[in-house]
Amino acid sequence: MFNRDNWIEIFDTIRKNKLRTFLSGFTVALGIFIFIILFGFGNGLSNTFQKYFNDDNVNSMFIFPGTTNNPYKGYESGRMIKFDNADLKAITDNFDNYLESISPRIYDNAIIKYKNKSNNYSIRAVSPSHQYNEITIMMQGRFLHEDDITHKKRHAVIGRLVAQDLFKNEDPIGKYIDGDGHSWKVIGVFQDDGGDREERMIYIPYTSLQKIKKNTDKIDQIILSYKPEIGYEGAVEFEQKLEQFLKSRKDIDPKDSGGIYIRNVADNLKENQQFASVLQLIITFIGIGTLIAGIIGISNIMVFVVKERTKELGIRKAIGASPRSIIAMILQEAIFITTLSGYFGLIAGIATLSLIGDTLEKDYFITNPYIDISTAIGATVILILFGALAGYIPARRAAKIKPIVALRDE
Amino acid sequence: MINITGLHKSYQMGKNSLHVLKGIDFNVEEGELVAIMGPSGSGKSTLLNIIGMLDVANEGVYILDGVPIENLDETKAAKYRNQFLGFIFQSFNLIKYKTALENIALPLYYKGLKRMERQEIAMEYLSGVGLANWASHLPSELSGGQKQRVAIARAMVTKPKVLLADELTGALDSKTSAEVMRLIQKINNEGKTILVVTHEEDIAMMCKRIVRLKDGIIIEDKIITQMPASAHV
Repeated sequence: MFNRDNWIEIFDTIRKNKLRTFLSGFTVALGIFIFIILFGFGNGLSNTFQKYFNDDNVNSMFIFPGTTNNPYKGYESGRMIKFDNADLKAITDNFDNYLESISPRIYDNAIIKYKNKSNNYSIRAVSPSHQYNEITIMMQGRFLHEDDITHKKRHAVIGRLVAQDLFKNEDPIGKYIDGDGHSWKVIGVFQDDGGDREERMIYIPYTSLQKIKKNTDKIDQIILSYKPEIGYEGAVEFEQKLEQFLKSRKDIDPKDSGGIYIRNVADNLKENQQFASVLQLIITFIGIGTLIAGIIGISNIMVFVVKERTKELGIRKAIGASPRSIIAMILQEAIFITTLSGYFGLIAGIATLSLIGDTLEKDYFITNPYIDISTAIGATVILILFGALAGYIPARRAAKIKPIVALRDE
Repeated sequence: MINITGLHKSYQMGKNSLHVLKGIDFNVEEGELVAIMGPSGSGKSTLLNIIGMLDVANEGVYILDGVPIENLDETKAAKYRNQFLGFIFQSFNLIKYKTALENIALPLYYKGLKRMERQEIAMEYLSGVGLANWASHLPSELSGGQKQRVAIARAMVTKPKVLLADELTGALDSKTSAEVMRLIQKINNEGKTILVVTHEEDIAMMCKRIVRLKDGIIIEDKIITQMPASAHV
């Protein structure tokens, strides 16, 4: 097997039978290449999916007020529920065991001006913990601090695209922007994986906004995160208790389906993960299918190659080649070609995937396509093994065939 | 050199069995040049194939150079072929992607010789058949006569006890045939035992002994006066 002379003989055969070598090599290389590309694309789809659906932190809950459906305690149905600062404090006081952080959110929008540029932007008035719930990533400066809340400072954290629109190449930190006649100091610039809309947003302290709006204490929405250690079951329990608590506090019929809505990210997460695992299953199927197609391809070629060489093998036997040496020759040749071309296919596939990178993200929803190196190598090894096996069966038959039959003139 | 007694061979053709050799007794001494003749179906090629261990007899004794040839598996047959026998075929049977020199060197590869040694010996035999300048040519670049001379050199290269030639001039014109036969006679005169299967009388006349087969038995076995191949050119 490791005799140098044997290998010289094999290289010689390979070199002098270029078409044959090319055909079997190409099949294996193509098989591996397609396998890697498809598998990579599958993973890319999966990545996109994860990205779109996991923009918010997994242990977050969003509480929205709504209109009631049932009359209750003397109130008529169709009543608009509103949250205020007292609700925020009540939740904080009553659910200390579950709560990690809590932030209100007030929606607004305003024409924001800087020098001669102006634009209409959405505004979210929040507290510092909001950064954690939305996964807001700071690029420059800082997010809001408790200090900004207590002192109702006119500080603003602007999105990446806001900074781009208004400041171009200028450094926005420390500059003052104008919104509805009030000036705000820019203290930070952020980015967000949630997309362009999220990055065209301005965060300000909720107390500052309430002060401008004639000292109102109304808030639009409450966003909180619970302690991760309570787990999914704990989160569901927390959600139920919280709903009961808020309904009784706001005099809403406990059986009312309206009034208060709670969105628990963990609920979505569970569905999303199911969807993702189905996606993974489809990817695996595609992978196995491609691999089987490759195996069939290489098997066909090996059968054809041995058939084509029947006469040559007969000659070799007539001049003293043993059946073992015939089988060894065909196998070594097959394994050498498939290993080498499998390696090429592997490299080409991985190189193509990394070349594609994120270029397909916008139109085809494929983000960062990749393949585990161990999966790729495993697939290559499987193809090589089956190529060898597919070569072995006809090789053994050819080695058994009597030279007299192989040499019979056509 | 070759001792054969009571050799039988039949082929199974569906339900019928075709009895090809019906008890052959045949001896060849060292240094003989024997022509085996007979019409198609007489069993002459079958006999040669059995002697060449390309085929096995149903019954009978075959002793080659004192070694009884029996219980042949393919591995053992391959070893004996490499050690005792050289083959020359009608259709040359050169490996088409190997050069003349490589074709000649191939039996030495299976004998387990080193590469340099193989090249050297092969070159010597290629020169012996007068084709030293054609070493790097592929079979497709050689004429019929040249191909057969390469095949003869390949058959000779392992220094076999016996050369077996099956219709070696069948694919050649008469002038080239005579050239090839002259080479065969030369090799024989140097002491090599050679068996030639042919259906051409003039080729048989260039041998030293003619064995005629008909319907699976030897009908005639005589020593003849050898005709020199050069006389025909």
